[in-house]
Amino acid sequence: MIRNQLLICAGGACITSGEKSVKDALVEELARNGIQDEVQIIETGCMGACDLGPIVVVYPEGTFYQKVNVQNAGLIVSEHLVKGRTVPELLYHGPTSEKKAQTSEEIPFYTRQVKRVLRNCGVIDPLSIEEYIARDGYFGLGKALEMGPDEIIKTVQDSGLRGRGGAGFPTGIKWKATKDATGSPKYVVCNGDEGDPGAFMDRSVLEGDPHSVIEAMVIAGFAVGAATGYVYVRAEYPLAIERLDYALKKAREYGFLGKNILNSGFDFDIEIRIGAGAFVCGEETALLRSIEGKRGIPSLKPPFPAQAGLWGKPTLINNVETYANIAPILINGADWFRSVGTSKSPGTKVFALVGKVQNTGLVEVPMGTTLRELVFDIGGGIRDGKKFKGAQTGGPSGGVITADYLDMPIDFDTVKEIGTIMGSGGLVILDEDNCMVDVAKFYLEFIVDESCGKCTPCREGTRQMYRIMERICDGKGRGGDVEKLKSLGKVIQLTSLCGLGQTAPNPVLSTIRFFEDEYRAHIEDKKCPAHVCKHLLTYSINPDKCVGCTACARQCPVQAIGGQVKKVHVIDQATCIKCGACYEVCRFDAILKE
Amino acid sequence: MRMNLEDRLNENPELKKQFDELDAYIDEKASQQGSLINVMHRAQEIFGYLPDDVLYYVAKRLNVPRSTVYGVVTFYHFFSRVPKGRHTVSVCLGTACYVRGGSTVYDRVMKTLGIKAGETSQDRRFTLDLVRCVGACGLAPVVVIDKDTYGRMTPDKVVTLLNKYA
Amino acid sequence: MKSLEELKRIKEQTLKAMDLRQAKDRGKVVVAMGTCGIAAGAKDTLMAVIEELEKANIHDVQVVQSGCMGLCDREPTIEVSMKDQPSVIYGDVDDANARRIVHEHIQGGQVVAELVIRRGNI
Repeated sequence: MIRNQLLICAGGACITSGEKSVKDALVEELARNGIQDEVQIIETGCMGACDLGPIVVVYPEGTFYQKVNVQNAGLIVSEHLVKGRTVPELLYHGPTSEKKAQTSEEIPFYTRQVKRVLRNCGVIDPLSIEEYIARDGYFGLGKALEMGPDEIIKTVQDSGLRGRGGAGFPTGIKWKATKDATGSPKYVVCNGDEGDPGAFMDRSVLEGDPHSVIEAMVIAGFAVGAATGYVYVRAEYPLAIERLDYALKKAREYGFLGKNILNSGFDFDIEIRIGAGAFVCGEETALLRSIEGKRGIPSLKPPFPAQAGLWGKPTLINNVETYANIAPILINGADWFRSVGTSKSPGTKVFALVGKVQNTGLVEVPMGTTLRELVFDIGGGIRDGKKFKGAQTGGPSGGVITADYLDMPIDFDTVKEIGTIMGSGGLVILDEDNCMVDVAKFYLEFIVDESCGKCTPCREGTRQMYRIMERICDGKGRGGDVEKLKSLGKVIQLTSLCGLGQTAPNPVLSTIRFFEDEYRAHIEDKKCPAHVCKHLLTYSINPDKCVGCTACARQCPVQAIGGQVKKVHVIDQATCIKCGACYEVCRFDAILKE
Repeated sequence: MRMNLEDRLNENPELKKQFDELDAYIDEKASQQGSLINVMHRAQEIFGYLPDDVLYYVAKRLNVPRSTVYGVVTFYHFFSRVPKGRHTVSVCLGTACYVRGGSTVYDRVMKTLGIKAGETSQDRRFTLDLVRCVGACGLAPVVVIDKDTYGRMTPDKVVTLLNKYA
Repeated sequence: MKSLEELKRIKEQTLKAMDLRQAKDRGKVVVAMGTCGIAAGAKDTLMAVIEELEKANIHDVQVVQSGCMGLCDREPTIEVSMKDQPSVIYGDVDDANARRIVHEHIQGGQVVAELVIRRGNI
């Protein structure tokens, strides 16, 4: 008889924080206390609060234990499970609240979220198809088979669901176009090539609730008339591949894949295709070439994949998060889906909240939520009491949302108006210590590496932009550089073939739009206001604070620091290579960085 | 003069075993359309990298031009045509890691190992790679060594960590 | 899997196994698991309550543990609080008494008078 269940978050971040050894410690401690048959341990997908990991939730109470480690995991067994006492030192304690939170419902990070896509992540065992079924899994498929293709597509259209991969194209229109296209066989593809650095929504869905994607693909196959599906997953996500592979086997065993699904006469099966590390493969036409086993080179649209996709046949391609929305829409109806979100962007959006925010992790909120709610209410504000500077959305294809727009409701259209894109949901929070020129340069370097090389404006143009950015950060910026960046950017946007090239200049153009004075400071004053760009810094020693401990002089790799023991030290500016080693090592705050 | 592949396989049972394993995988996947990338993944798992012999062999078995195989292998970052070290250290410079100081970690790894991204140390102990996001952004900066991911890295912590890998 | 009926059956079965994770609103049984409670057999009491609820097919009452309630000479003790009723603390709840409380109090709505230590919230 099971009296307690321990749910351990086995999402990527918690595994990194030592989830496996915590689990082993719990198993050992349960056995030591002789209650291994009364307490069940279940590893779930990502619970979202990545910063608090490893996380263990004890049911039936729902007690939420965070930052559990090998040393204190035993307390959950010996105190909570044996003696019925909660372990106060493992409870969450917010930065502002007086009281410790007992359950996740008392933690602001969770209370503001609306979990639809992540409905099962962190709640069920991703390896258990039965638990997925218990949470209404595959009932959407059952209903779809009764509805028939036309009604399914109408429901998806009525729901107003827009593609969650970034561009926000209406999903129902894609489905209808693929169904109406002539040509056979047809294919259904899931884009799980989440290449945007700083984003891990799709990874968490594939790891935490793989059946939600499988079920939706079967529904899609039935709706558009396809018999084969492909899930394209990044090679960087081995755990997602493993769990998806297992889930596919189970789905076949239960008859949700294969011949004559649920006695409907409909046949469908899914194959996994593993990426091989090329960002451009997130672009749909490039992805299709990659599934075909070729170089991932994008092609001109039209023809759209709905007309000529995989091997030239009509192909429906949607992103992981888009698929995860499908089954609930069919079960609950289009109006239910529209009950949250904005009128033009209904539903929820999953964001990977990362960067300089207190509570990093995975959050799902209604479309139209403001950045202020995301950063300050859910995210708990900026780390170390620093000032919010901006939020980068859409990765290398996006731009920044600044403090002026903290109260703007975020949806597909509002972010576009201020020069960025929703993207797949990476939300990187930047504070006053981040240099916007440096951040833009970082994205540009990424694009230079990842451009497939097909179009000259993207291949050569981004490289030239990068050179200009590099010299600006090196203190060699020239008058007119900002204008050059703008005009080059415009040309690349207008003349590249695919989405990667067309959006590649966005991070630079967006930061110029909102932080032009920072560019000017780099170019004209040769200063980096955020003290990031190495070549624009000067290190010196504050004689009032230096105690002559010699720590900096011993650390300096080029012997640029001189001075006697217990006497004030001095940095020789001509020798200094600005590595910052002295700044890191000084315990008296005596090194000045300007 | 270089012997042909067949003669070398007869002389080297270890190598033969590897090619047999690859053969079995190709047999299993032969019916699938467009399985080249999957086959190259498997080949890299078996051989550790993708030497020319393997490229030519796969081209013959899948009946595609050598140029196509070469094109695919050189297009994708994941494939390597040079042998790797015993351990692969991947420093993440995805956005979240970058804004939280990933490049200082990378600099220290470079300095400690004396190699740049894409290179392998003389003693074949480490290969250094840069990756763009492993999806553990909540714990940035992140370093991956072989299959283990380490979060909240600092330049000092990463050096201690490297010492654990022989 | 060939029909929706089969799917529903799996759902019902699995929901039982996931029962501990569901929110329950009809009531709560707290088993005191302090040192003296455990010494007096509170662990058997806890398992008896859970087993008996399962047998009676009651899934809307939560069973949780607590530390010592401070009534050491009447251990094992349990507190039963059903919705809209004052809570009741029982003493000397061994295996058999635990099962009796489940039947008479939780199922039948009748407080087991001779085992009561205290009524009303502490």
